[in-house]
Formats: sequence, C-alpha cells, structure tokens
Amino acid sequence: MTRAIVQIGGPFAALLLLVTAFFTYEPLRKPFGGTPPPVEELTVERTVLDDSGIALKVRAGGTEPVSIAQVQVDGAYWRFTQDPPGALPRLSGAWIAIPYPWVEGETHKVVFVTRTGLTFEHEIEVAWPTPKVDAEALWRLTLAGLFLGVLPVALGMLFYPALKSGGAVAFQFAMALTVGLLAFLLVDTLSSALEIAGRAAPGLKSALLVWIIAALACLLLWGLARWRGQDFTPLGLAASIAFAIGVHNLGEGLAVGSAFATGAAALGGFLLLGFTLHNVTEGVGIIAPLLERRPQLSILAGLACLAGLPAVLGLWLGTFAFTNHWAAFALALGAGAILQVIIEVGLLLRRQIGQQRQSRAYPVVFGGLILGVAIMYLTGLLVEI
Amino acid sequence: MSNIYDWLRWGASRRGFLRAAGLSLFAGALGAARAQSGDHDAQGYTGEHRAPANAHGDHGGMITVGQVDHARNGFDPSKVLTDWDQGVTSPWTGGRTLREFTITAEDKEIEIAPGIMFPAWTYNGRVPGPTLRVTEGDRVRINFINAGSHTHSMHFHGIHSARMDGVPGAGDVRPRGSFVYEFDAFPFGCHLYHCHTVPLKRHIHKGLYGAFIIDPDPARHPEQSELAAARLLGTPQNAHWQEFVMVMNGFDTNFDEENEVYAVNTVAHAYTHRPIPIERGRPVRIYLVNVTEFDPINSLHLHANFFDYYDTGTNLTPTLKTVDTIMQCQAQRGIIEFAYSDHEPGLYMFHAHQSEFAELGWMGLFDVRDAVA
Repeated sequence: MTRAIVQIGGPFAALLLLVTAFFTYEPLRKPFGGTPPPVEELTVERTVLDDSGIALKVRAGGTEPVSIAQVQVDGAYWRFTQDPPGALPRLSGAWIAIPYPWVEGETHKVVFVTRTGLTFEHEIEVAWPTPKVDAEALWRLTLAGLFLGVLPVALGMLFYPALKSGGAVAFQFAMALTVGLLAFLLVDTLSSALEIAGRAAPGLKSALLVWIIAALACLLLWGLARWRGQDFTPLGLAASIAFAIGVHNLGEGLAVGSAFATGAAALGGFLLLGFTLHNVTEGVGIIAPLLERRPQLSILAGLACLAGLPAVLGLWLGTFAFTNHWAAFALALGAGAILQVIIEVGLLLRRQIGQQRQSRAYPVVFGGLILGVAIMYLTGLLVEI
Repeated sequence: MSNIYDWLRWGASRRGFLRAAGLSLFAGALGAARAQSGDHDAQGYTGEHRAPANAHGDHGGMITVGQVDHARNGFDPSKVLTDWDQGVTSPWTGGRTLREFTITAEDKEIEIAPGIMFPAWTYNGRVPGPTLRVTEGDRVRINFINAGSHTHSMHFHGIHSARMDGVPGAGDVRPRGSFVYEFDAFPFGCHLYHCHTVPLKRHIHKGLYGAFIIDPDPARHPEQSELAAARLLGTPQNAHWQEFVMVMNGFDTNFDEENEVYAVNTVAHAYTHRPIPIERGRPVRIYLVNVTEFDPINSLHLHANFFDYYDTGTNLTPTLKTVDTIMQCQAQRGIIEFAYSDHEPGLYMFHAHQSEFAELGWMGLFDVRDAVA
C-alpha cells in the first residue's frame, strides 16, 4: 500500500519541485532583462443594440489580465460601464454597456483601450436593433425554423414511393446519395465550426477543442450503437442519420439566427427558400435505409422532427444568445455525429453490394455519391450569408 | 418551450437591469472598481469628481471615464497651467541676469487618461516638461542631466550658437551623461524646447518637450513699454492678467503612429473634469504651443468669444485680430488674449476644432465666475 503511494505520489512530488524551482529561478528572466510587457487579448462575443445604446460581451485572453481603461466609439471616448468591474482575468468575460446613440443601418467601430495602451477594435458592420425576446419574435423564428428544417426534410421524404419502386438499384443509389450528402455536410459543418472557433477568445483554443469534440462524439456514438453487440436496425440507422442531420441543422439555425441578430444578413424570403431547397436532400437521406420496409407515417413524422426541429432551437439561440465557442462546440458535435453516420451507411452499402456483381453496382454508387455532393453544393450557393 | 422562453426573457431583462443600474450608479461602481484594483487611492476620487452642474457641462456621454491619479504622476494639469519655472537668478555682466536651470531626462510611466498608462520619456518627471520663463536679454544656463535609458538632448527654439543646438553631434547626451546649454534669451515670445535626438519622431512623441517663454523687456521697447510690461512676469501690469500655458500634445499608446489620446498638457479631458476658474473682470492670456506628433496640424477654438492672436509671440501687436479659431503646425506657437468681462458667468468650452481630437481628449472648459478665490 505505502509502496503504491510512493510510486504514484513520487512523480507528482517531483513535478511540484520542478514548478517551485522554475518560479524560484525563472530561467528566462535574467538574460532578457526582466519580464516582457504583458500580452493582452480581448474578444467581443456578443453585440446587443437597443434604445439604451450598445452592449458588448467581451472575453479576455492572452497571458495577463485585461484592464479596460477607456472605450472609443467611432473615434470618440465614451462613457461606459463594465459588469463585473475591474481587471478581467484570463478567459473571464464581462458586459460593457455604452450609452451611444448608434445609427440604424450604418457602421460603428468600437475600440477598447487597455491600461497598457493596447487597443482592440470591434466593428459593428450594420447597426440594427437586436431583436427583443417576445412571443411574436419567438413564433416568427419558430416558423422560420420549420421552413428551414422540418418542411424540407418532410418534402424529401415524399420521394419514398419513387425510390421504393426502383428496387435494389434505387436503394443503393439512395444510400450512395446519402453518403455524398453527409460528406458535404461533414466538411461544411467542420469548416464553419473552425471558422466560428477562430472568432472565439484565443485563450480557449477552441479550434483544437472542435477536433477533439468531433472525434470523441464520433467514437462515443459508434460505441453506443454497438452497446448490445449487434448492428443497426434500418430504423436505428435512419434515426442516427436524422440525429446527425439534426445537429447540423442546429448549426444552420445558429448561423442564420446570429446573422439575423447582428443585421449582417438581410433575412429575406430568398435566403430562407434557399435553405429549404438545400435541405430537401436530407429527407431522401433519412428514408434511404427504410426502403426495404414499410414505416408508419408517425415514424416518418418523428424522424422529420428529429432532423428538422433543432433548426428552430438553433434560430432561437442564434438570435438571442449566440456565443462563439458554444456554437463551435455544438457544430463539432454535429460533425462527429455525421462522420459516424457516414461510416455506418458506408458499411451497410458495402454489405449490400457484396451480395451482387460489383460491375453493375459501382456506377450506381458513384453516380449517387457525386449527385449527392453536387446537389448540396449547388443549392448551397443559394444560402451564402 | 415555456422554459426556454422564460430563460431567454430572464437573460434579456437581467441585462437591461444591469445597464440601468450601471448607469445610475456609474460613479460609485467606478470608484469601487478602481479601489478594488488598487490603482488609485480613494482620496483622489472624493476630492476630484466634480461634475459640472451646468447643462453645458453634460457631454452627452462623450467623455473619458474615471479620474487620473495626478499625485502618482507627479504633476497636475491644473497646476501645470500656471507653474512658471524662472530658474535660479544671479547677476551677469552688463547689468543682465543669469538664470540657471537643472533639467533631468528620465523614463517614467505616466497616466495620460484615466487608467491608460504610457511609458513616457520626461524632462524633470513631467509631460510637458517645466515651463521655462525668462526675460529678453537674460543669460540662460541649462544644466542638463540624462538619467534616461536612451540618448537625449534639449533643442531650444531661440537664437544660439551651433554648439548649443542640442542636435546629434552638438549637445546630445548619452545616458548618465550631462551637458550645459548656454545662450542669451532672444527673441522675446512664446517658444518651446524639445529633444532633437533621432529618431526624432519617437523622442518627441514619448514626451520630451516643454514651453519656453521669453518675456519682453520694457526697457528695450520704449514705444510699447506698457504692452511689454503687461507681458513681463512680476510687474503690476502683468499681475492683472490671468496667464496659462497650454501645450497641445497627443499620445500613441499602441505605437501604430496614430494618437489614441489628445490633450492640452497631457491628460485627456483634464479641464473638462476640472474646469479652469476664470475671474470675469480680468483679461486672459494663453501661451499656446503645438507639439502634436503624427498629425499635420492642431488647433484651438474658443466658444462664445473672440481673441487676438500673436503668432510666435514675437510682436507686441496682434498678427490676427478678433478670431475664434487658430491652427498651428508642429512647433508653431503663439499667444492668445481675450476677456469675458461682458459675459455672464458659466462654463465656456474650448477645444481643437478637429472634432476627432476634441472627442479623443483635447477639450476643456473655462469656469467664468465673478470672483475666484
């Protein structure tokens, strides 16, 4: 017992000694003439514009606490309050409220001047009142979310009879199309996760976390799927696909919602319609594993909701509570889920093809793959924010 | 769904509450914040936070937040205004006066706007450096000691020999070195001195400059002796005037060759937070010097009044009569004379009429009263 304690505790004690020695001697201090000037970082996470002015959620990064000494708006020092007050330790956040008479539809530049004289700029590209949280706003966002998520998936499911009448070839084609679609979503989700992570506070190392979360999510779902030591049922696979697509649609909702909230996008009917077209293919993907049986309507409706309703939640959160690192982590989770589903569908497809002559199957599979990616890319052009 | 709705609404109303609370408790919260960070002694706050009651003094939000710790800086803009350094005098040949000054260049971190620290290079620990005030014809001797970390010099705008010019090779002083500048004070006027070590731009904008005023000697200007006497510090005629020195400067705190802070006498909005008391019945004379780096010109605009302007102050008759705005390039300077005798008491604004400079700190107020204690 004591031996075990020594064996485990020994290395930790040595580590403690090392840290103490480091701070006692500080090897880098002497030759470089004292400690270098502190490096501060400040990131703006949220912007709220309303009748009382501009409110910004900031988060500190870098090696030293950040003291916001003054705030300039459009090149003028302006009165502001900070909550909580005082220096911001690494990774902590605060709200900065500035009673500034901002101008609707115009650009404003906020500059934070820190104690050391460093400046951090934040541009409000198009000033627009931040939507207020009320019943009407929530209802409209819900409606938009249904158009963005649930309806297109349901529409895609209408291809069910056509695909079913096509027999085994149609099934393989639909599965291949699903893989192509999911591959597109994987790249799309990962790249937007990394892009959003790039805007988060640098101290969080969000980009690294995106990769870790995606990998862990994939492994975890893989393990959960085999919990009982057997392969997916077709319905289980369809549900997995719907879940993965659902997390992706959550990300889409976040993106549209935050663009809507910050006024960066004119959320016209065109953009929403674009997303609707973009997401129709997702419905085809979800029903693909079910072609060989006859699912109940209620099950199809459930799957459509599983894939589509997260878009509503995404819109709400994106509009009212968007935070870069949380959005990046949610998207990373989605990327992991999509990757796992790609592998599952791929395995299923492989088993199917294994039972027949491959020379006939490959053109169908490649055709489906390429068409899946192509449809997503082309409809994706409609939804540039 | 109702949960999320409540949660979102709570989030929004909480922010609203914080904002409202924050604005009304603005001063208190700020004081608490500063006290917490230990940057300022609480004394500085209670004494100095004097928001002008007049509507004109409400800047509609455009203001630096907080107070500068002048005690730690070692100089107070309100005192810099009238802090004339006349040196140590002794007789000189021909009935003239020798004036000796000791100036030490040193590195010092100063607070140029509430909470913003600037790694300055200073003369005698202050920015602008001491306002040297001599009389036309005096012998001036400057014992210059360089206690800073870089080579520095003192280059006077005046008449002197090449050896005394304070440029590289003639009176620039290495760290821990010293030099004696000596010359006769000519011509009378409102002048300046600054470090002329290269890189010049950096040595100036880091804070090495100050006003150098040569008062006219009435005996040398028999036809305008009354005007000269009114300029000469220490005469009864001069005592009637309210004289201030204002050095227009700027600070590039992030070293991107653009100023983040503009001011007169260094501290942003110093005279907005503490207006300059003016006695209504007595005339005002401002010695205005521009040392602003990076921007081609600076300016002064006086509200609700007009003034006479003596460019470089080398004449006893005005260069411009009855103007309310003048501009100066770097190292240009002049004397401004005006009065509020026909005005009602109140807060009268003055600022650079580059709105950008005004909103970044170069703005102040005269508090015109019937009597000043």
